[in-house]
Amino acid sequence: MTNDLVHATAAELAAKIHSGEVSSVEVTQAHLDRIAETDGKVHAFLHVDTEGALAQARRVDEDVKAGKAVSPLAGVPLALKDVMTTEGVPTTVGSKILEGWLPPYDATVTRKLKEAGVVILGKTNMDEFAMGSSTENSAYGPTHNPWDLDRIPGGSGGGSSAALAALQAPLAIGTDTGGSIRQPGAVTGTVGVKPTYGGVSRYGLVAFSSSLDQAGPCARTVLDAALLHEVIAGYDEMDSTSINAPVPPVVAAAREGLSGDLSGLRIGVVTQFSGEGYQQGVLRSFEAAVSQLKELGAEIADVSCPSFDHALPAYYLIAPSECSSNLARFDAMRYGLRVGDDGTRSTEEVMSLTREAGFGPEVKRRIMIGTYALSSGYYDAYYGSAQKVRTLITQDFAKAFEKFDVLISPTTPTTAFKIGERADDPMAMYKADLCTIPANLAGTPAMSVPSGLSDEDGLPVGLQIMAPALQDHRMYRVAAAYEAARGAFGGPSL
Amino acid sequence: MTALVELMDYDEVIEKYDPVLGLEVHVELHTNTKMFCGCANAFGGEPNTNTCPTCLGLPGSLPVVNGKAVESAIRIGLALNCEIAEWCRFARKNYFYPDMPKNFQTSQYDEPIAFNGWLDVTLDDGEVIRVEIERAHMEEDTGKSLHVGGATGRIHGAEHSLLDYNRAGVPLIEIVTKMIPGTKERAPEVARAYVTALRDLLKALDVSDVRMDQGSLRCDANVSLSPKTTGALGTRTETKNVNSLRSVERAVRFEMTRQAAVLSSGGEVTQETRHFDESSGSTSPGRKKETAEDYRYFPEPDLVPIAPSREWVEELRGTLPELPWERRARIKEEWKLTDEVLRDLVNAGALDLIIATVEAGAKPDEARPWWVSYLAQQANSRGVELSDLPITPAQVARVIELVNTGALTNKLAREAVNGVLEGEGSPDEVVEKRGLKVVSDDSALEKAVDEALAAQPDVAQKIRDGKVQAAGAIVGAVMKATRGQADAARVREIVLARCS
Repeated sequence: MTNDLVHATAAELAAKIHSGEVSSVEVTQAHLDRIAETDGKVHAFLHVDTEGALAQARRVDEDVKAGKAVSPLAGVPLALKDVMTTEGVPTTVGSKILEGWLPPYDATVTRKLKEAGVVILGKTNMDEFAMGSSTENSAYGPTHNPWDLDRIPGGSGGGSSAALAALQAPLAIGTDTGGSIRQPGAVTGTVGVKPTYGGVSRYGLVAFSSSLDQAGPCARTVLDAALLHEVIAGYDEMDSTSINAPVPPVVAAAREGLSGDLSGLRIGVVTQFSGEGYQQGVLRSFEAAVSQLKELGAEIADVSCPSFDHALPAYYLIAPSECSSNLARFDAMRYGLRVGDDGTRSTEEVMSLTREAGFGPEVKRRIMIGTYALSSGYYDAYYGSAQKVRTLITQDFAKAFEKFDVLISPTTPTTAFKIGERADDPMAMYKADLCTIPANLAGTPAMSVPSGLSDEDGLPVGLQIMAPALQDHRMYRVAAAYEAARGAFGGPSL
Repeated sequence: MTALVELMDYDEVIEKYDPVLGLEVHVELHTNTKMFCGCANAFGGEPNTNTCPTCLGLPGSLPVVNGKAVESAIRIGLALNCEIAEWCRFARKNYFYPDMPKNFQTSQYDEPIAFNGWLDVTLDDGEVIRVEIERAHMEEDTGKSLHVGGATGRIHGAEHSLLDYNRAGVPLIEIVTKMIPGTKERAPEVARAYVTALRDLLKALDVSDVRMDQGSLRCDANVSLSPKTTGALGTRTETKNVNSLRSVERAVRFEMTRQAAVLSSGGEVTQETRHFDESSGSTSPGRKKETAEDYRYFPEPDLVPIAPSREWVEELRGTLPELPWERRARIKEEWKLTDEVLRDLVNAGALDLIIATVEAGAKPDEARPWWVSYLAQQANSRGVELSDLPITPAQVARVIELVNTGALTNKLAREAVNGVLEGEGSPDEVVEKRGLKVVSDDSALEKAVDEALAAQPDVAQKIRDGKVQAAGAIVGAVMKATRGQADAARVREIVLARCS
């Protein structure tokens, strides 16, 4: 019984809960049990909110019993990335500097989830301040990939993707600044969506890089991701950069895609994302996906986006620049860690000691890079040039979308690497986001859907689908059609 | 504490150097809410009560621009004859300080909302000087630090500090002048006159409380000296903490005499921030920084650009009230005032009060004497500005009305005003409480007159003999007996009637 419930999709669980076949409390308890059973090995969660989850489940059950209308995902459990504030529930962002902080307010995403009756099981592990591609930069220890516990689950949202793969939750929330939803999705065989920038409110999302950060849904199926997308998306007056436009009809698009017909759809294959550095098994999985999309009726051709070659260096100037400013507020004065305040030290010394002890090496590296890039005399050469590259990338996307409805590529050049393998080589680590970064720089939507397993190592591979701004539904349609054609590819054994 | 500073005689400064001024004024807008959140924008209050995740800079919080503040910024820009940007952005100014919640200030950098304007400033002798405005931009205020246990009240040397974030995020407009050269010996006066003119303008626009004592108007004075021999621009200092109009003048004057002494002894002026000390009238250096300040400005990614439509800007231009200089020209014409009288009224800070008193029903000739003599004396003896006296123009107008209807004599009117100044309530309440009614009951007056005549029989005889002017002594006695509450003219009539 329990086993079935944790294998079920969110859509299936919602149907069962809303029909009274099973209670949300039972479903929630099954997932809490699964977490208790497996998280010692996986370490997907930083905090499990057993009481809060069961209380929310009971409320939904009462509503169902009373015959009240409930929202489509009411009663379904979810794993929330620890970057979103939760009132009265610890929010660490994977950093020591926020250890013990209890936010006095809910992020808009958190509030929307609660209002929709979604059951928040707890907060998931992540690279500190969402900086990383492996979750190894978490101050609270790495998360392990359920497919192979010696390997990384991707990052920064490795906790959320691992929780999905380990059947600890059918739904999760991630945030994607340079690929932090899609790359973990790819390496854990799960679905991860970065919506159009401004599609989901950033209010309460602890900022890494404000102009790039975007929260999005994570799930094991495309339809589940779409259902979650519609819960969290929409204009928010608390976020000036949120878009005041209707939410793209992603659920309808996912259902339409399940019919399996992509006749006449024009798909561009980005030629920049192959060749040297790409694992053969990943490229073969991608080729197979291209063939399947052709069989579904899509017209496929190559498209060149030359400026994408400069995306990685541009990203590693813009994101650190913004982070150097965003993270300045962590100074021990108002909340979180405070080190060395023994009455003999100056304010600056306490700030300095706290930041020294509270930030990990990758965070410090990026603060240093960003501080340097914004310095007078260097601004134009670094931050200024990076912004120009950003404009060029946006133009490349626009040109490509004149000819194609969506663009595709592998989500990440390799399958999950071993924990520790790239820890001392930041450049190798950064390359994990080679294919995902352009969509962040352009603000356009992109998602990763599993394309099965690599034939060399048996590990999951992701297919990235990219669409124009506010056309998020296009990629859901393609992903759902492809998912149905692809079929099941098994799951990890834990 | 403060080391002795060499100063040069002021006349000698002017002989040898040309001062160059630059003034930066920060104005707190009195919008209902803060610049980027919905918290109340209120002065005072229990520390840390008007705060929320956004103005406390909590992780995850985001700013949203206050439309009213943008509107005020544009109106200020228009009143200062500025161009209004068709497109502008906020920028982050990055530096660490405990009372700054995010450790960056959301401000504007190279894209201010208003730029290239001017303000005509009238000096004490009536000369008008045009001060060019570089820019006016929007930003947020910081919180307040209270440094406890140090000798100076500054963070350096303090035992601990208390932080109040009620002010954090209050909307500020920073107005920056271009360099003001050529003011010579009048530089301190020009500085004061500029801040005065700006204050009056902002008051007329009703965008700020413009209270220098409460910090809603703050001035930083940049001063440098250019040697007459070479004409080369000198190194400037920026003096902060200048909290009154008089201090603006004193601070500039002090810096001129200090810098001149440094230069003439072969030294160099250090480019630095200095603090003005009200009690000594001197400036002292801020804490030395080991490295040059680099604020690492970059466009604020949490906010979208502001692009005020030309229609909106024109609409706002239409809402500009009569500006101080327009008002003065009109009043001079309507009341037929000479330049000198008008200037005296302006310099005394009395003009707007008189206008308001007239608007409340008094005649200009009735309102003027109150403000320029009796109330001016009261303000002077209390050591406050005329406008800070606890009496409103409407109350002054009411007192004048009571005199005109015969309910009060001039002497009683002053007592009524005293009562209002003492906080006893409105003029009518004071009249009631102090029993200031003119005695108009004839039988009571007749009794008092009879008593006075009886007390001075010789005077009474003189009157009966036709020496009418002797009646004055009796009237005076009656006025004394009634503690001034009688109508002297009526008393005189009764005296003459009794003696006929």
